[in-house]
Amino acid sequence: MSRLPPVVITAMVLLAGFVICAIQFPAIASTRVVANLLTDNAFLAVVATGMTFVIISGGIDLSVGSVIGFTTVFVALAIEAWGMPPWLAFLAVLSICALFGAAMGGIIHHFDLPPFIVTLAGMFLARGVSFLLSTESLPISAPVYSAVSDFALRLPGGGRVTAIALIMLAVVIAGAGLLHLTRFGANVYALGGSRTTTALMGIPVGTMTVRIYTLSGLLSGLAGIVFSFYTASGYSLSAVGVELDTIAAVVIGGTLLTGGQGSVIGTFLGVLIQGLIQTYITFDGTLSSWWTKIVTGVLLFAFIALQQTMITVARRSAARAGARP
Amino acid sequence: MKFRSRRGLAQFVALLVILLVDRLVSPQFFDLRFQDGRLFGSLIDVLNRGAPVALLSLGMVLVIATRGIDLSVGAVMAIAGAIAASLADSHALPLVLAVALGAGLACGLWNGILVAVFGIQPIIATLILMVAGRGIAQLITEGRIVTFTSGDLAWLGNGSVLGLPAPVVILAGMLIVTAAVVRGSAFGLLIEATGGNARAAELAGVGTRATLLAVYAWCGLCAALAGIIAAADILGADANNAGLWLELDAILAVVIGGTSLFGGRFSLVLAVVGALIIQAMNTGILLSGYPPELNLLVKSVVVLTVLLLQSSRLTAIASRFSGGKP
Repeated sequence: MSRLPPVVITAMVLLAGFVICAIQFPAIASTRVVANLLTDNAFLAVVATGMTFVIISGGIDLSVGSVIGFTTVFVALAIEAWGMPPWLAFLAVLSICALFGAAMGGIIHHFDLPPFIVTLAGMFLARGVSFLLSTESLPISAPVYSAVSDFALRLPGGGRVTAIALIMLAVVIAGAGLLHLTRFGANVYALGGSRTTTALMGIPVGTMTVRIYTLSGLLSGLAGIVFSFYTASGYSLSAVGVELDTIAAVVIGGTLLTGGQGSVIGTFLGVLIQGLIQTYITFDGTLSSWWTKIVTGVLLFAFIALQQTMITVARRSAARAGARP
Repeated sequence: MKFRSRRGLAQFVALLVILLVDRLVSPQFFDLRFQDGRLFGSLIDVLNRGAPVALLSLGMVLVIATRGIDLSVGAVMAIAGAIAASLADSHALPLVLAVALGAGLACGLWNGILVAVFGIQPIIATLILMVAGRGIAQLITEGRIVTFTSGDLAWLGNGSVLGLPAPVVILAGMLIVTAAVVRGSAFGLLIEATGGNARAAELAGVGTRATLLAVYAWCGLCAALAGIIAAADILGADANNAGLWLELDAILAVVIGGTSLFGGRFSLVLAVVGALIIQAMNTGILLSGYPPELNLLVKSVVVLTVLLLQSSRLTAIASRFSGGKP
């Protein structure tokens, strides 16, 4: 049992939760609800994929929620007010977000500052800029938006896998490939294990840090575009507090917050667990939405406690191995 | 000692400069009136509005000095405010205060146990309560905005003592009590030792676990007091918005106050000055007629500037240029 990797435990929690929900509300076990689960949490899964890289490398990115808010406002203004073609608006906003992430990564590395405070400043900055752009909720009526929301793969049983769900699945699969199959991914794990050792191994720590935060910024921007497809609008107060949901999803997905361990698939499962809690609350109808926060907090605690136990056990066995002659 | 006084000077000068800028923006800024037995004026307003964040930063500075962080203070504010507002009309003030402060203390102890006993990284340990705390506050208010009419509790928000607003007097009291406990005994040294190098401190006989527990408990208590004042001020508790993002302001105040996020030496007074600097900027932006949204931008620039000034890399570069020792 103690040998089970955390991601297996996450999968078991998701499965058990789904079975419990399905027994209580048989309607949950339909392709329609499952497909909606993917659509409703698409932006969260996209941003959580980027956060997984950051956390595995031993960092944290608190700016993601604000960057999503900024993206929705920028896209809405660019398309509706400035008359940009949508593809150009997307390209522009993705470049801005990637540069923003790169700047934060650069500051973190070159000035040797804690990531959480640098990205905290980034969070203020991105939210402030989106407020300055507009404080109103801006509807987006470009044809590409209605085309995207109309597109869906029909599943037997009435489920609709929407375009944004497909984008999300593509990001998750590409993210998993990047993390688990490439040299870049291996370096991310190395950084989270030990910065000093990584530097001594000849891996360019500075470049890696900048690239990891660039990736997180880029995926936050993409999540913002997905969010704007989802709501067909841009609003400077959208996605407030999403950084917490994202970190919670990553941790529940079995990624070690101290870095060095984790997986994109686990994060995806963590996002689905949060979505499942929300779906359950919607089906129940009498529970308030704040139960989501409490249950997420409890799960967060359970997974952190589990990780802590695993670390302690690993340290003890390592100490025992070291004590042997 | 000389070094420390020089360090403090920067914060006081910054506060003075911001107040002078505020004076340029609004000519009546330094005017004080005495009316209905209390002082009025923009300066008093800065003190009064800055009190909750200053209270948070009093607890936060001790936590940060141990090389920790407490992200849950905003949520604890919401919990304490929700409890105080729910009980205010049906119970006597001492009981209301005891329960609300007790809840804050319990939250702080929970964080402390996770950090000190289970050895969980502070940012992660306090994240749990940050996420769940607002849910708990909603549970207490049953998802509504709870209002009350009790004059006793309201006095804590808008009453006055010797002409000064009650929150300012409470803040001054807490500053004196905290300073007396921390600097009047060896406790401050134990905190600095724990933050400087926890393992070395432990080996030197410092009870690092007890120190950490006490520091997080105190932070919870300060947050609860700030939450009670915030609730008393608006005669109600809004579990969604009470203390929202104030943990960030509190951390910012401590950082502006010159306490390093890497633990060690700290200053209570400068943390409070840091909170007042933030509030003076907020008030100035409001008075100048710029959109209040500008606040977030200004804050982010201030955090980055202060951090870069604190950064050892920058100091090293600067000292290389001046040829002096760092």
